[in-house]
Amino acid sequence: MVAVFGTVMNAVPILVWAERRVSAWVQDRVGPNRVGPWGLFQPIADALKLLFKEDIVPDGVDRVLFVLAPAFAFIPAALIVTVIPFGAPMMVQGEPLQLQVCRGNVGILLFLALTGLGVYGIAFAGYASNNKFALLGGLRASAQVVSYEIAMGLAIVSILMSSQSVDMNAIVADQTGTWMGFVPRWNVLRQPIAFVVFLVAAFAESNRLPFDLPECEAELVGGYHTEYSSMKFSLFFLGEYTAMFASCCMITTLFLGGWSLPGMNLASTSIPFSLLTVGVFFAKVSLLLFFYIIIRWTLPRFRFDQLMQLGWKTLIPLALANIILTGVLAQR
Amino acid sequence: MTTTAAGKGTLGTRTMRMNIGPQHPATHGTLHLEVEVDGEIVTNCRPHIGYLHTGFEKLAEYRSYNQFIPLSDRLNYLSSLNNNIGFALAVEELLGIEITPRCRVLRVLLAELGRIGDHVISVGLQAMDLGAFSIMLWTFVEREKLYDIFETVSGGRLTTSWTRIGGLSRDITDDFVPLVRKFVEYFPGVLDEIEKMLNRNRIFTKRTIGVGRMSKEEAVSHGVTGPLLRASGVAYDVRRARPYLGYDKYDFEIPTHPDGDVWARYRVRMAEMRQSIRIIEQALENIPAGPVTALDTKFALPDKFSVYNDMEALIHHFKLIMHGHGFQPVPGEIYSCTESPNGELGWFIVSDGTRNPYRLRCRPPSFINYTAFPKMVEGAMISDMVAVMASMNVIAGELDR
Repeated sequence: MVAVFGTVMNAVPILVWAERRVSAWVQDRVGPNRVGPWGLFQPIADALKLLFKEDIVPDGVDRVLFVLAPAFAFIPAALIVTVIPFGAPMMVQGEPLQLQVCRGNVGILLFLALTGLGVYGIAFAGYASNNKFALLGGLRASAQVVSYEIAMGLAIVSILMSSQSVDMNAIVADQTGTWMGFVPRWNVLRQPIAFVVFLVAAFAESNRLPFDLPECEAELVGGYHTEYSSMKFSLFFLGEYTAMFASCCMITTLFLGGWSLPGMNLASTSIPFSLLTVGVFFAKVSLLLFFYIIIRWTLPRFRFDQLMQLGWKTLIPLALANIILTGVLAQR
Repeated sequence: MTTTAAGKGTLGTRTMRMNIGPQHPATHGTLHLEVEVDGEIVTNCRPHIGYLHTGFEKLAEYRSYNQFIPLSDRLNYLSSLNNNIGFALAVEELLGIEITPRCRVLRVLLAELGRIGDHVISVGLQAMDLGAFSIMLWTFVEREKLYDIFETVSGGRLTTSWTRIGGLSRDITDDFVPLVRKFVEYFPGVLDEIEKMLNRNRIFTKRTIGVGRMSKEEAVSHGVTGPLLRASGVAYDVRRARPYLGYDKYDFEIPTHPDGDVWARYRVRMAEMRQSIRIIEQALENIPAGPVTALDTKFALPDKFSVYNDMEALIHHFKLIMHGHGFQPVPGEIYSCTESPNGELGWFIVSDGTRNPYRLRCRPPSFINYTAFPKMVEGAMISDMVAVMASMNVIAGELDR
């Protein structure tokens, strides 16, 4: 638990900083560069500022849900990180130490359950705020997350079929090895359709552009978090970035070979090797995050009906067809 | 609130009334929309205006004509140059002053630069309201460059107060022409870049094509002008219909689009910027030499050197500046209009022969265009409403005056 919290709490500020710097780069600006080296301490300054802000609870809110909602947004997102294997197991005092907090063979199911829980935070916030903009944001978020979860689940099913396991480690192990000596046997190449569906659904699940309808600033002011201030707001903020980080970890594990690189000696269990695999994992995650950020600052956002159309009429049939295809190919 | 089906013991549905604005990120400025929504669908929309009412027209009655120019900046604050020029032309028509050829060409040049400045921001905000935030910032970079040019001619960036009745506040400096030339050379590349980002972007096209449609007849019956009217397929442009400043001598086209939707407005604005570039290029070729202010010192201030050295000039200076003096047009009234970036900007001025206008009335394009807004968004979704609002480029300063 501490490890998870440590990872998330370190990753998120860096992510926030990276988002600002990359967006500045995209938009021809300078970005934060005054607090600390290259502005690295800017997120810390922001967090401190938010901590000292007045915590406003407006009139007419449903107090219990209003207070619970930020926690519901953040905790499930942080817990997703527990099922991720960060690196190769290392030998510590003769015992193999798995670099995965929640060992066991149901990692994927836990992931799906936790992403499903995440929507409650937003739905509660939208309902409890007693604000029409928040309500619309909460409604949009619930509909969006519920429909994209199906596509995401179906995309995962085809991965499970090809790797024949629901254990995250087995899925990573399945992706080691190469074709023709240099092309990695990653699921992104073996299951390209599932990858695209999962990627789009993951974008939608983390409520980021082009799917940021729940909070889309131009229409709903701040969407579900319109009425939140101070630390409650920053929990939502944290939750959003944690979800983004977690989904990138998930994509890396499921589709980009997790911590493995082609040509690695997987039998090794030495500590330096294990740390190297952790480095590989985070390098892949960082690239994905960079991709996330670039997308956010490039695309406009969908309209609600178009979003639903994409989810139900495009992604789900595509994922279903992919499952059939996987089944047929596996039979051969 | 209307109740549609709320019998006893059954679950009813009813529409929700939302107040969008006056403080809302989509209502650039202080617009207020009272919206009935059925889920995400807008069933009724009532715009409320007047939050930025400044009483310009009444204030004008207590000011001499030249003193009103700074107020005209604040109408459509995205294109203050065009307002300055439009107002100066109206008063000059009232007074019957002939302005110098150099002043004419410079006014055309700056009016077109102002038009580009307004359109480029409008396109950027349109993209921003659809979620493409970066494009808005790119367009602001371009506007900064335009503002650098405005600064060299008027000393101000946003509120330029550049014209004077009978001329300009000052002549251009030496670095003006190279600056404009540089801008004209590279700006089409920026337009290409924006089009590259948006034209074939499926999300953008889906959000704009067929949204907020306004037919030719509707547009005409509402008195809509400017890019909105041309996007509905009517090739009406004051620069052609009632040429001023010698616009009839310039070679340019009036871009139109048959669809009348948000997409069409975006396309028309982009095309208009390219036409403005053409006009600027032609104007740059022949800027006549000579003074920028009419030599008739009854109306225009004599230059400082002669004020200090010439008795006659000193008298004129005093007559124009001193309280209770100033030029006094003959009694009469005039309506004069120019093509401002948002449409036909008209000035109706009644003079009773004193130094202040007896009555001044402005025909603000935003106000007239805004009347068509509720009809365009009824039945659309909330997101569409934002897109339509952005495509109309309603500026509160001009709307409420």
